[in-house]
Amino acid sequence: MPESSERGALTEAVYYILLALHTPMHGYGIMQFVKEISNERVSLGPGTLYGAINTMLGKGWIKALSNEGDSRKKEYEITEAGRRVVEEEIKRLEELIINGKRIIRGEGK
Amino acid sequence: MKSSIRKIYVNFEKEEKWLNEMASIGLNFIHYSPIKYLFEQGTPGEYIYRLELLDKLPSHPESKAYIEFMEGTGAECVDTYLRWVYFRKRAAEGAFDIYSDYASRIKHYKRILSFMGTLWGLNIGSAIYNLWIGLEIGADRGFYFNAYISSVNWLVAVAFMPMLISYYKKIRKMKKEKQLYE
Repeated sequence: MPESSERGALTEAVYYILLALHTPMHGYGIMQFVKEISNERVSLGPGTLYGAINTMLGKGWIKALSNEGDSRKKEYEITEAGRRVVEEEIKRLEELIINGKRIIRGEGK
Repeated sequence: MKSSIRKIYVNFEKEEKWLNEMASIGLNFIHYSPIKYLFEQGTPGEYIYRLELLDKLPSHPESKAYIEFMEGTGAECVDTYLRWVYFRKRAAEGAFDIYSDYASRIKHYKRILSFMGTLWGLNIGSAIYNLWIGLEIGADRGFYFNAYISSVNWLVAVAFMPMLISYYKKIRKMKKEKQLYE
């Protein structure tokens, strides 16, 4: 996990939830979106999703769209801070992929 | 048609497994009262059951919000007991696991371990206290009630041991996996 100013990697769940919330969605919608976009590979547990949503609300990466407190239908949306987090993560992932592909092909450093 | 079965479980994993076995033969669990499980006759294999220990009592606003959220994802809160919740979801909707990563699974098992560990500690404390009082009074007046209660406490404490050890090992194993995978 991040030490000093270094930022850690996002979990797969957090990354995909942030992608999902580029469009406002409620919990079940996020689960469906993540399943579809990952070709059924990632199946988010509702308990894991709930924990991630609350943590991200606390960090200001996503916001709840007002919906009279019924958490069954409450919709969430990514914030500017959340978008920056995703952009940083994509840069990090690109670095991982570029390095991985080059090295397994034997192209050295 | 409804039917009830009397059974005692200390390990929630075994309890969950049993409820799913019952559901697979069409006996759908609907209500728990101490040592009694109530079932309703239904279609075999219709539901998947999952048990969860909440952080707070089900009547707490935080727990209510969580249960509502769960219901919004297609799960149904069948019953609650103390801080335990019995969820179920239609098997036709696919796999049903409340947690999908090591971090949240570890957190849940730690919560259970501390809950059951506290009960275990209380039993041990009570066992020692009652043994001491029981022997004092017994020697004095030939009244061994507390000594008898103590033996019940010892039995409960011993019955908890394998479960506590298995949860502890499970947490350790998941922590190792977490160093490699999410």
